[in-house]
Amino acid sequence: MNAAHPHALHASPAGWPGDIFSALKAARVRQVAYVPDGGHADLIRAVHADPAMIGIPLTTEEEGIALVSGAWLGGDRACLLMQSSGVGNCINMLSLVRNMGGPFLTFVTMRGEWGEFNPWQVPMGTSTPDAFRLMGVHVLRADRPEEVGPATAAGIRMAYEGGSAVAVLLAQQLIGAKVFVR
Amino acid sequence: MSQSVNRLDRRAVVARLLKDRGEAIVVTGLGSPTYDVAACGDHDRNVYLWGAMGGCAVMALGIALARPETPVIAVTGDGEMLMGVGSFATIAMQAPKNLTVVILDNGLYGETGGQASHTLVADLAGIAGASGIADSRAIDAMGDVEGLATRATALGNGPCVAVVRIGQAELERVLPTRDGHAVRARVRQSLGLSID
Repeated sequence: MNAAHPHALHASPAGWPGDIFSALKAARVRQVAYVPDGGHADLIRAVHADPAMIGIPLTTEEEGIALVSGAWLGGDRACLLMQSSGVGNCINMLSLVRNMGGPFLTFVTMRGEWGEFNPWQVPMGTSTPDAFRLMGVHVLRADRPEEVGPATAAGIRMAYEGGSAVAVLLAQQLIGAKVFVR
Repeated sequence: MSQSVNRLDRRAVVARLLKDRGEAIVVTGLGSPTYDVAACGDHDRNVYLWGAMGGCAVMALGIALARPETPVIAVTGDGEMLMGVGSFATIAMQAPKNLTVVILDNGLYGETGGQASHTLVADLAGIAGASGIADSRAIDAMGDVEGLATRATALGNGPCVAVVRIGQAELERVLPTRDGHAVRARVRQSLGLSID
């Protein structure tokens, strides 16, 4: 069940989301949990279209920490997609990752850090890397499209081969500030 | 708390639930459910949580999706479940046939001084049902625990949530290991996986 499906009826998304998707597939990641974000929309679509992956929508990001830990106990590789505002929801649940160990990998689209119209996004946009570091999660970051592939590869290696807890932050410049007033 | 509600002995409920557990993996919610499962005897496939409040059922979902042929049982309390009620909907969306969530509902937070929990007014089985869990049960008789044990240790048509009314007595604590790394290694080994 964990082998990459050879006859997937989808095309990998274009650009940097495609770089993440193809790296996750190559690493045989099966469970992909997420709280939706516009920046992850193409990746989420691709996950749901791939028969070798399970897309798991969550009601809150902290569910994803517990789910990913359980997946790995059962033998699946898993990761969590979320936006920066959700990182604050995860703090206590990350004690599970600290206490049980094992790989933890998350891809975080950054809001509230670059040209953000909505000031309610800014507190967690500012605090996201510190929140991860408070709980012992190693932080990688990609600011430009060409940096996403290497940061993803580094995160995958550290998590699934090294058993570390890793967050890959995807800068708001990659996505562009959300347009509220057209 | 209505006097007419029959409240079961929590240790007897869990002992019956796990008597013929077979290959099942059991995840325990922090506090008394962890002690209740430990009181049945230690087991390679027990995942004891001492924290991560609100994460028990959804952690069990991650295991269940990874091992679709293996029954997975979350045994937790009303307070722990209330902190993660969104998990009902997350579980319903995935509809695993091998996951049962057993909520030992004593209507209070026993670990912190016995404060009343929201199940005084909130119906967890109703919330689970309304969240899309078709097999959602409220249990207050040992006879129904028999049926629950049969369901929990086999595959069903979808996930099951059972809210079991239990007594409020504080029982002797049976404390299993707090070493999560050891638990992780042991569970994975029992599944034939590498420890890391």
